[in-house]
Amino acid sequence: MSGSTRASNTNEASQRHGRMTSFRPQRQWQGVLRFVQKRPLGAVGAAIVIGMAIAALLAEVIAPFDPLQNDYGAMFHAPGATHLLGTDSFGRDVLSRLLYGSRTALWVGFSSSFFASTVGAVLGVAGAYFGGKVDLLLQRLLDILISFPLIVLALVVVALLGSGIWNVIVAIAIPMIPRAALVLRSSSLALRQMLFVEAALTLGAGHARVILSHMLPNVVAPYLIILTAFLGQAILLEASLSFLGLGVAEPTAAWGLMLRGAAVDFAERAPWMAFFPGLAISLAVFAFNVFGDSLRDALDPKLRVP
Amino acid sequence: MGQYILKRLLLVIPTLFGVAVLVFVLLRIAPGDIVELKYAGSGTFAPKEAIERERVQLGLDKPVWQQFLNWSWGIVRMDFGISMWTGRPIAEEIRIRLELSLQLAIMATLVAILIALPCGTLAALKQDTWVDYLVRIFSIGGLAVPSFWLGIVIILMFLIFFKWLPPLTFTSFWTDPLANMSQMIWPALAVGYRYSAMATRMTRSAVLEVLGEDYVRTARAKGLRENAVVLKHALRNALLPIVTIIGLEFAFLIGGLVVTEQVFNLNGIGMLLVESITHRDYTMTQALVLLVSFAFIGMNFFLDLLYVWLDPRIQY
Repeated sequence: MSGSTRASNTNEASQRHGRMTSFRPQRQWQGVLRFVQKRPLGAVGAAIVIGMAIAALLAEVIAPFDPLQNDYGAMFHAPGATHLLGTDSFGRDVLSRLLYGSRTALWVGFSSSFFASTVGAVLGVAGAYFGGKVDLLLQRLLDILISFPLIVLALVVVALLGSGIWNVIVAIAIPMIPRAALVLRSSSLALRQMLFVEAALTLGAGHARVILSHMLPNVVAPYLIILTAFLGQAILLEASLSFLGLGVAEPTAAWGLMLRGAAVDFAERAPWMAFFPGLAISLAVFAFNVFGDSLRDALDPKLRVP
Repeated sequence: MGQYILKRLLLVIPTLFGVAVLVFVLLRIAPGDIVELKYAGSGTFAPKEAIERERVQLGLDKPVWQQFLNWSWGIVRMDFGISMWTGRPIAEEIRIRLELSLQLAIMATLVAILIALPCGTLAALKQDTWVDYLVRIFSIGGLAVPSFWLGIVIILMFLIFFKWLPPLTFTSFWTDPLANMSQMIWPALAVGYRYSAMATRMTRSAVLEVLGEDYVRTARAKGLRENAVVLKHALRNALLPIVTIIGLEFAFLIGGLVVTEQVFNLNGIGMLLVESITHRDYTMTQALVLLVSFAFIGMNFFLDLLYVWLDPRIQY
């Protein structure tokens, strides 16, 4: 059930985009059915994403325990009837922490991907629009930023800004911006030569107007592809940073944080502490990746996502 | 050709210069100061004069542009200076760790190639069969599973079934190859699986593309064995994008294994980078960031030269 709801969202997205390309508007449920039939893996991914979103939204209702409540009488309980996935070294319920952790993961994942692809889109389109020296300068700067592994640049930024959820979001977004900008620049290079851009300029539209209302709407498809492709990577990066102790701070429930410290120290005594959070990360990234792949296949199969 | 190489080499300089300026400025904007952090760590009360003296000693009292000039003049002479935190020569500190990081990167890349080439080719040959689906799920899984968690799970298995823990100290390959291998193979597998994912997908799509070409049909039509068709005609021509992605991943592995090194207790470049950033060890961080981006830029350059060798049609 949940799978179909999510798929309808994508269908909406592709319909909105559909007016610009050759998609024919369809009844929504038909589109949902077709998406599930043609891309079963994408539908599975969408279902998992929906499940995660529900878990995050209803964490208060679903979670059997308070994720922050220490209970020293219940330390290292193995998975069982009361604690479905066991407890950690503070006696906190692992399942509850996982449920609340999906909040952190989704929030950081979505906001950093949105931030990165939006800034990247503006930079890329502006570079393509202005061309010449502006473009050249921008390209060189992006080249420099792109020569670092994602995690290294994120590390440098988070070390400069300090930890905390907003800084983590920025730190994850910054290394992604140049990657988004490059893709969207190449998508919009051809747009610059289009007649409607010339027409808008001739009619006296300013730079901002041409970029915002004539060029940006035409790169919605690659923008959406980039955004969804970043989601999985962003969640993985957040987990890595938190694991290193540079991301979200204790006692907030975050998956990467749950893998840190005690989970490794007491791995022999309480292997579930390290096992389930990693499983949650893998499942979430897997879901977002297959969903993103299917979306790309549906919208623009030739686009290379960095 | 010679002219092209020269031009490319000259283009490397401004990029590296840009990286140097960027990291230099960023570090100095960052809140926190190495000298204060040093004293905060020692727990003793530090008089203002002592802090000032230390600052002068490290050259931090000079204007930023002068610091930059001094530092970059050192780089030009291949002198990276001393670590502000440990006081030891940076070249020495990096050399010790580079051996480990390079070995891990090479081993992980080998693992990735051994997984990616056969799996990717097979998936392309059996497109849309269960083999293809299996390979694709395996490779999507590789992208989703964090290699540090895979590492934890591997260690857990060993701990529970064999009561074995990864040793705390690193044994060099040259002193005891067997001990070294038994230590390095697990992180190499964990990382290699993850990095094989991209390469597998690339191999699959590149081979698929080539399989539709006329010369493959010709090769089949003239009765060549399927092995020869696949290996000599298809794979050989699909190699360019595969080599590119493997090469770039290798470059990223040198500095990008921050988290995996942490899990396996390996004191490599990634770990050193985290330490130096948290200590605000300016000189060390600068050198490491330069090294990481140099690995990437150098790899790009190397790949361009490799293309000529792989595909004689390419000329510069």
